[in-house]
Amino acid sequence: MHGSAPFRPLSVRAPTLCDVTFPAPGAAAPQLNGPQRPAPGPAADEGLARRLRALACTAPLHDLDVRKANLAGEYGGYAMAEVALAVIDLVTLNMDFDTGADHEEIVAKVLPRVAAQAPRRPAGEHERVARWVLENLINVGSVDRGFRAVYGTFTTEGEYVRRDYDFKLIEEVPGSGGSVYLRATDEAVNVLVGALDTDVTSAQIAAEVKLEVLINRGRLADAQLAAEQARYRTVQYAETLRRTLDATRRNVRAVDWLETVPDMINEALDHVADRYRHENAILTNIRKARDETEEPEHKRRAAELVDIVKDCIRRHTQLQSRLLEAGPLFRAEQDRQAFATPVARSGLDLYGQLVAPLLPLPAEQAIRVTDAFFAHGTGLRTPSAVRVGDLVEVLLTPPVEREHLGAEMPEPDLVTTPDDSRFTEAQLDAAMALLTLPADAPRRLSGLLAEARRGDPELPYLVALLAVHAASPPVGTAYRQGEQQLLFAVDDGTELIDPEFGGADLIVGTALLDAAGMAADRSEVA
Amino acid sequence: MTQYDDAPQPDLVSGAGEPGWGAPTADAGPAAAAGPAPVTPADAADAARLVSFGLQPKLLPARDAEYGELLRRYRDEPAFARLADAVATGLGLVVLEVSTRAGMAVTAAEDSVFAVRMGEYARRASADSADRFLHGLAHLAVAALAFPRPEDLADDGYIGRITVNGVDAFVRQACRRLEERAEQEGENTDPATDAPGLESAWRIYARRSATGATKDARRLAGSTTGIIAKAVTFLVDSGFLQRTGDDSGGAYRTTARYQLQVRDMAGSAAMAELLELGIVPVADGSAALLPGEDTEDLDLVSDAGLPFHSG
Repeated sequence: MHGSAPFRPLSVRAPTLCDVTFPAPGAAAPQLNGPQRPAPGPAADEGLARRLRALACTAPLHDLDVRKANLAGEYGGYAMAEVALAVIDLVTLNMDFDTGADHEEIVAKVLPRVAAQAPRRPAGEHERVARWVLENLINVGSVDRGFRAVYGTFTTEGEYVRRDYDFKLIEEVPGSGGSVYLRATDEAVNVLVGALDTDVTSAQIAAEVKLEVLINRGRLADAQLAAEQARYRTVQYAETLRRTLDATRRNVRAVDWLETVPDMINEALDHVADRYRHENAILTNIRKARDETEEPEHKRRAAELVDIVKDCIRRHTQLQSRLLEAGPLFRAEQDRQAFATPVARSGLDLYGQLVAPLLPLPAEQAIRVTDAFFAHGTGLRTPSAVRVGDLVEVLLTPPVEREHLGAEMPEPDLVTTPDDSRFTEAQLDAAMALLTLPADAPRRLSGLLAEARRGDPELPYLVALLAVHAASPPVGTAYRQGEQQLLFAVDDGTELIDPEFGGADLIVGTALLDAAGMAADRSEVA
Repeated sequence: MTQYDDAPQPDLVSGAGEPGWGAPTADAGPAAAAGPAPVTPADAADAARLVSFGLQPKLLPARDAEYGELLRRYRDEPAFARLADAVATGLGLVVLEVSTRAGMAVTAAEDSVFAVRMGEYARRASADSADRFLHGLAHLAVAALAFPRPEDLADDGYIGRITVNGVDAFVRQACRRLEERAEQEGENTDPATDAPGLESAWRIYARRSATGATKDARRLAGSTTGIIAKAVTFLVDSGFLQRTGDDSGGAYRTTARYQLQVRDMAGSAAMAELLELGIVPVADGSAALLPGEDTEDLDLVSDAGLPFHSG
């Protein structure tokens, strides 16, 4: 403040308009006020207030470690703040476009970490700790289910005012079918990634540039951190867009469909396309890094990174499909709302004339309006009058015996179905044993039939059947199911000489399949 | 009462000879003295019966032959209509409309025994002003979302559809816009610690959690969806809403009675209160006011302390 003092007359003197509002000469007023100012003005205070609020967001986490001493039992060994951060992490990553994370899912996922902190304690205690932390992050005990911190600022008049800052870390939101989901609030995401008060878009770009550089230099450990941060940003971005689309759905006129929303959608589509390209490029790079690197630790990290980037791409695709739905939705709503025949009378605009002006009012004024609406908008209730005679009768009636068990279940009449299969289980086992051939030693069908005939005259039929099936082996199915080996049969033109069967003397053998390689291919295709 | 005492006599006499239409001619003499139409205790009973039908808001005229017949009589016989109106007024009721679609739509006048008091509606509300505000706001928000445009409120044929979660999301959206606006203007909206009454109304709503898990899988009563669900359940009992489904926390559609109640009673009462506070929401008469950031109306409201511009 003092450093800028010599420049003050320069900036104030120029506008002559000051003379209109102040009777005293314009230059005199700031000179009188300047040195006597009791405290830095609200502009300087604002940054402080923002940091105080950011600081307040971390308080519930520290508080957990302080309060664990008050719990009945030996909970000193747990690092509660660590568990809490892990919970916020999990909730953020599980926040889907429509819903949020499930209570039980979060508890289950955080349990391994809790268990690792105190491996000798019983599993029930681990779960108790996980639940305690989650409940405290929601702050179940308070009616708002949130936290409040008090801090002080100076007003424009230089007066010191204490203010309440209300915030939540994890909030509960309604899901489909009446279920309740968890969402990490913006405050929580900011606390988690440690980037307070930053722009979503620019932070995302910065994170991705960082990632590319890191990958080029081969520093994968840092790259993973950066990729995870990029994903948090992506989630946050999707959340912002979801809210905007919600508003669009409610009222066509509530949003500017001429410019703002199309611009927003185009911007978002560009963003998705851009990120998609970008992340696919990253994906290719990391895959290369993963395949080329020799060190197993690097390989593992690169593989994890592939998963994270794929998740980013998945979220972008989800976002894109929502964006494409927005246009048709608008047209349908437009048809319904705007093209109906106009009504002669004009009604009251409940939102524009009541709700919107009411919300910014101080609570004690707003309550007068809502009270008036409530008193006149609830209709009527007929007061109930009880007759003493009825009351006595009701009170003296013995409770009706409830039948807990329903009607008796009739004994089901079961009929054993006759076993009409041609071959027995033992015969199948024998045939399979016969056909279990080493991969490097295929056999002729004629030899197999002869061997089968020695033990059981029926068995050659089963062996022949299985061999014919193997002539067209289900490769695709085996591939999908990750089978290790597969029975196959090939016709090389030799004729089968056998008393019972005719046709080709097939070569029957076992083919080995590269299950691990196929699994890897599969995941990359996906 | 005394003048009615004479009336039944000729009615009974003439009724014996010529039932139905004989009554008016026989009454011609006394009617000239007492008024244009004679009123019998039977008429008064019918009028009161019609009002009692009106007191059962969920009863539909189409489902009850007697109700329909009395409504027809109200429409065709001005004297009977006046009698029914008088009965309603005497009981402390206000007649909104009498028609076959809405039935005998009556509502409680202020201080009537039929009026709903906030303290009886929600026990916590009488002690906690924040809860009291939220319950009132829930009712207002349900109406605002049920009739989103002025045309919807004016159009007799309009049926609004709402869901509990939809109402919550809609109010939260409005609150979030105000929060963003305050942020943009660099305004610090955190209230002073010792003056909760000066806290902006939207903050009370934004601060309350939307829902919460409870031990018995019921809706958390203190959450905003819990408060809105209470409001819509109450409105269903008032015959104002009909439940149509379970999605999004419960889906409902409006009835003709609700439209009348909001249009003729609640809306104007709340408007009057707002005007008394010095807030003059401007309606240009053409379209719904937009909740967008750039509408003039919201700008005016943000200067709520100064209702009239100095210029």
